[in-house]
Amino acid sequence: MHELSIVASVLDQLEEIRKQQPAGARFTKVGLRVGELAGLDVDCLRFGYECSVKDTPWETMALEIEEVPRRQRCPKCANEFRAANWATQCPQCGETETELIAGEELQIAFVEVDE
Amino acid sequence: MSQIVVEKKVLNENQKLAEELRAKFREHKILVVNIISSPGSGKTTLLERTLERLDKGRRVRLLTGDLQTENDAKRLAQWGFPVKQIITGGTCHLDAKMITKHLEDWPLDTFDMLIIENVGNLVCPTSYDLGEHFKIVMLSVTEGEDKPLKYPSIFVRSELMLLSKVDLLPYLSFDAELAKKNARSVHPGMEIIETSSKGNGLDTWIAWLDAKIKAVKSGELVSA
Ligand SMILES: Nc1nc2c(ncn2[C@@H]2O[C@H](COP(=O)(O)OP(=O)(O)OP(=O)(O)O)[C@@H](O)[C@H]2O)c(=O)[nH]1
Ligand SMILES: [Mg+2]
Ligand SMILES: [Zn+2]
Repeated sequence: MHELSIVASVLDQLEEIRKQQPAGARFTKVGLRVGELAGLDVDCLRFGYECSVKDTPWETMALEIEEVPRRQRCPKCANEFRAANWATQCPQCGETETELIAGEELQIAFVEVDE
Repeated sequence: MSQIVVEKKVLNENQKLAEELRAKFREHKILVVNIISSPGSGKTTLLERTLERLDKGRRVRLLTGDLQTENDAKRLAQWGFPVKQIITGGTCHLDAKMITKHLEDWPLDTFDMLIIENVGNLVCPTSYDLGEHFKIVMLSVTEGEDKPLKYPSIFVRSELMLLSKVDLLPYLSFDAELAKKNARSVHPGMEIIETSSKGNGLDTWIAWLDAKIKAVKSGELVSA
């Protein structure tokens, strides 16, 4: 499980951002975007986050995770669709070789600051 | 209360190092493959059979990652090509920093292909870009047909799937066609080669690598 190292990378980047804020600014929430193909378990990530921020200055910062479902695009008919349960075949024209367009995200979307 | 829009990759640091590696590999026209599987799927075994088959003059080098021990590097080194072990000491994946460090004293103009055997783990290595051209996922026939559905991330990101240990198929109820179908439903059009230590697929696999080396040399294959 590498959820802890993922959390560590998030906190490292937030530390950099915090340095650019006025003294005393406090981050109250961080928003992550996690694709269903990111290879991360969201519950593990939440748990890893709680363990990591406990007894640190980040302790009061809430975690918000936006889970991004997998979406595919059909090269034949340009249909874009949600590929639930790995159903990657185009539901409109039957094409099997469709392209991935969303679901691999692993991003820090935003932080909320209390000045 | 105000919001700062960040919009950055979580693994930003790794990504930067991976891009630096990629630029170097591009400059020196080196093909780099990153082989990922569960523990024991047969990565080192296939690489041994591959090296055994290669002409000793070939400019090939290998990095192999494990939590502990130099065993895999020792096995691979027998075949006469330069090999280095990366011991992660508990980390469940290789990252770009480890690759950078272990390449420091290897002049990049002395090889045409770098093969990276990642730590045996089907999940964590997926997230870490090593500057490679291709991730290659190996699935052995003893692991179950449903693995592409249970671990889709690595199958989506891999150019090629090696279905290994096919010499065992007669003794198992593993349905190879179903496994391939599952892989291709997760990753439409995925290339698949069946391999085994008894020699199945070895020619096809080596031809696959040779074609990629050639494409890198000619400039046809450039990783972005
Ligand atoms: N029957 C059979 N056994 C194999 C084959 N390939 C590997 N094995 C056996 O599977 C076991 C694991 O093989 P390794 O090559 O060490 O696997 P690995 O993926 O490198 O393992 P880690 O690096 O520890 O993740 C060994 O006992 C091999 O002898 C194969 O094609 N057929
Ligand atoms: Mg090995
Ligand atoms: Zn279509």
